[in-house]
Amino acid sequence: MDGTAFALQSASNAAGVALTERFPFAIVGHVDHGKSSLIGRLLHDTNSLPEGKFAELKAASDKRGGQFEWSFLLDALQAERDQGITIDTTQIFFQTAKRRYVIIDAPGHKEFLKNAISGVAQAQAAILVIDAAEGVREQTRRHALILQLLGLRQIAVAVNKVDLIGFDQARFDAIAREITSYLAQLKLTPSAIVPVSARHGDNIVTPSDKMSWYQGSTVLAALDGFTSAPVATDQPLRLPIQDVFKFDERRLVVGRIESGSLRIGDRLEFAPSFKQAKIASIETWNAPTPLTAGAGQSVAITLDDELFIERGHVAVHSDRRPILGHRANLRIFWLDAQSLKVGDRLKLKVATAKYPIEIEQISAVIDVEKLQPTQASEIGRNAIAEITVRSRALMALDLAADMQRTGRGVLLRHGEIVGGALVLSAEASDVDKRLIGPDHLVTRDAREAVNGHRGAVLWLTGLSGSGKSTLAMGLERLLFQRGRQAFVLDGDLLRQGVTSDLGFSPKDRAENIRRSAEVAKLLADAGQVVIVSLISPYAQDRDRARGIIGERFHEIHIKADLATCESRDPKGLYKAARSGAIKNFTGIDAPYEAPERPELVIDTTGQPLERSLAALAAYAEPAIALQAVKDAWAI
Amino acid sequence: MSDLDALENQSIYILREAYSRLKPIAMLWSLGKDSNVMLWLARKAFLGHVPFPVVHVDTGKKFPEMYEFRDRFSKTWNLNLIVRDCPPVEEIDPSLPPAARSAARKTIGLKNVLEEFKFKGIIAGIRRDEQATRAKERVFSPRAESGAWNFRDQPPEFWDHFKSDLPEGAHIRIHPLLSWTELDIWRYIAREQIPIVDLYYARGGKRYRSLGDQDITSPIESNAASISEIIVELSQTKTSERAGRAMDHEREDAFERLRAQGYM
Repeated sequence: MDGTAFALQSASNAAGVALTERFPFAIVGHVDHGKSSLIGRLLHDTNSLPEGKFAELKAASDKRGGQFEWSFLLDALQAERDQGITIDTTQIFFQTAKRRYVIIDAPGHKEFLKNAISGVAQAQAAILVIDAAEGVREQTRRHALILQLLGLRQIAVAVNKVDLIGFDQARFDAIAREITSYLAQLKLTPSAIVPVSARHGDNIVTPSDKMSWYQGSTVLAALDGFTSAPVATDQPLRLPIQDVFKFDERRLVVGRIESGSLRIGDRLEFAPSFKQAKIASIETWNAPTPLTAGAGQSVAITLDDELFIERGHVAVHSDRRPILGHRANLRIFWLDAQSLKVGDRLKLKVATAKYPIEIEQISAVIDVEKLQPTQASEIGRNAIAEITVRSRALMALDLAADMQRTGRGVLLRHGEIVGGALVLSAEASDVDKRLIGPDHLVTRDAREAVNGHRGAVLWLTGLSGSGKSTLAMGLERLLFQRGRQAFVLDGDLLRQGVTSDLGFSPKDRAENIRRSAEVAKLLADAGQVVIVSLISPYAQDRDRARGIIGERFHEIHIKADLATCESRDPKGLYKAARSGAIKNFTGIDAPYEAPERPELVIDTTGQPLERSLAALAAYAEPAIALQAVKDAWAI
Repeated sequence: MSDLDALENQSIYILREAYSRLKPIAMLWSLGKDSNVMLWLARKAFLGHVPFPVVHVDTGKKFPEMYEFRDRFSKTWNLNLIVRDCPPVEEIDPSLPPAARSAARKTIGLKNVLEEFKFKGIIAGIRRDEQATRAKERVFSPRAESGAWNFRDQPPEFWDHFKSDLPEGAHIRIHPLLSWTELDIWRYIAREQIPIVDLYYARGGKRYRSLGDQDITSPIESNAASISEIIVELSQTKTSERAGRAMDHEREDAFERLRAQGYM
């Protein structure tokens, strides 16, 4: 290879970099209790600071006219240094004689809980810092609770600033008792409670000579005492599918094994479907092809049967299936400024699967002080709560208590992560396998290859008179002329048949959309580019259509202001609505909820039809392109 | 599983998430050691293929060895290479210190690439241990239309769930090497025998530890003439990796300002 010879083994041994274990741990606690200072001291006293760093920090401290600030080491951002707080989580590396460490610093300010969680979730253990003068505070408790929710079991406590309480044993003992009893309620036992002064270095790396009453370990010794999490290869197999690749003749199903292991020849089932196929090979590049693979490995496998598999399926062994059901009880932590209420619709994302859920019940919000469940009708930002959710789609779930990595997930609203969730229990649905239906012998891939494009649903929503139908028919003709299988589902035409029994009340509109979405989905499965032209005024109904159709759904807002639509009035409907001859007319006496995050917006106000159509076609072509074509298009 | 295997598997997971969620997507190739490792990981993730364009935002001031390397390996590795020039320094914010101003050419060059190709995802090879503001980064880091990084309000990111939904005109930076250290990079280069530019090896008592533009990058004192010697050197050094990068040291907040405006 490229003219360079390597002699790694001997070199690495000579250098003593055989310390290949890396142990991430978090430093948490209430704001200003000295987390960053503890880290600074730890790095300094283990001789881990790069050259010149100390001088740089001194200069930054002097500039702000304060005493020396260890926290500037991690509080790198100007805003953090100027305000003297940590805003976001950060990481820093150091090593002891035992192993390499990754320190995760988490902000203690309540406002930044989302950042604290982003950091702490990567840790295998934590040091909880408590100010000796201030004692246990709200964020001390909240962070301890978060540690427990995130699944951390190894914890040590550093009671900081003991110099400020005159190294007083009685005061230290009182804090130790209080935190021990709080942690006990969370079923957490600290491996050590260490009295420290981060500023002066007492009991951080070297034992302090100022507290003869303390005989326990230093912070560093407590760290070295933590153990690494074992790899979960003996658990049931869970391989959440990330993607299916077809770069060459191989059809590769890829994902990361979250638990368990697999072997060539194993029969896999792709939950929550009951489809099964055998592993034909485990593929690699620039590495020998293995016979088996286990937890933690990102794999690419081929199957003996061309099943339709997509992102979100979980490959399992059928004798150790997850729970397949529609309802679950979750413990959640809520991060969004907008509260969560019963009836809210969100997505629950577990590994790579996204399930459309509705909040059925808020069972309890946890009082962080007393750890008591309390009644509440909504869940505010940074609260921890227990809820019951129902999914329209069949979910494949594990319990957090048994399977850490697949028993948890995140809550999404409009694509944003708004919370974390642990599955406490799930109700198995009585799924009748006979109703799952037979597999087509013509696969979706094969059908799409013949058509030369993918099936899709282009969902045109907008006011009456905005130009939906005209654009839909125009696009249908354009695509057809280019050899695409395209077909318009028009709201008015649907109402003559499939939905002829429905009116215009919100409930009937919802059912109208549900049926239209189901029909559109079948046509898309048949390979069609379905262009739906429906006012579909309610966001909730359109979200539901997206839930039914999945990732082939494209929400396209055909936008025009009411005055323009009313002046167009192709069917005289606005006139009739204004005169009261028709009721519940969208835009007049019924609302239109504009899409918040559509895939495309076309504003037809004052824009010639040809330009709107060109914009629509420009979006449609890559959206329906086959993967290989799409990659080429990206170039 | 060894630590390098764990890092490799995690990076592959990230790359596959990015490719699955964000289209069109591209990878930045600065020709340095980190971006070569990143490219190598992409070939692992996509089984020998690199299914997206590889972008070199060219300052025109790289070392000749780097251009030779680019032309040779873009062919050998069958890359879909996009090269775009950066605007001249006269067009850059004059309030920046000189070296930072020079480096900021890349920010604008990248912005132009984003406008031209409408990329939704840009894969970049930054690492947390390089620099303190990079240590605050997310693996999936959303950028506004202007390319700006809103470090005051980053999205939550935990349990490997990444933000991949974004408004029109915005893009996401994906950082598959965020958890790697400089030493990890070298150990992986050695293990996988990944080709790198010769400038990293000592000649006449000096070598480049980090490669940027010729005029704002200085070599360090070193006799490490092979990868194994570099690994030995790095496991003993106490000098920071970017010590030779002038732009980081002109002013306390120089790098933060660069990054807030969209620098890698």
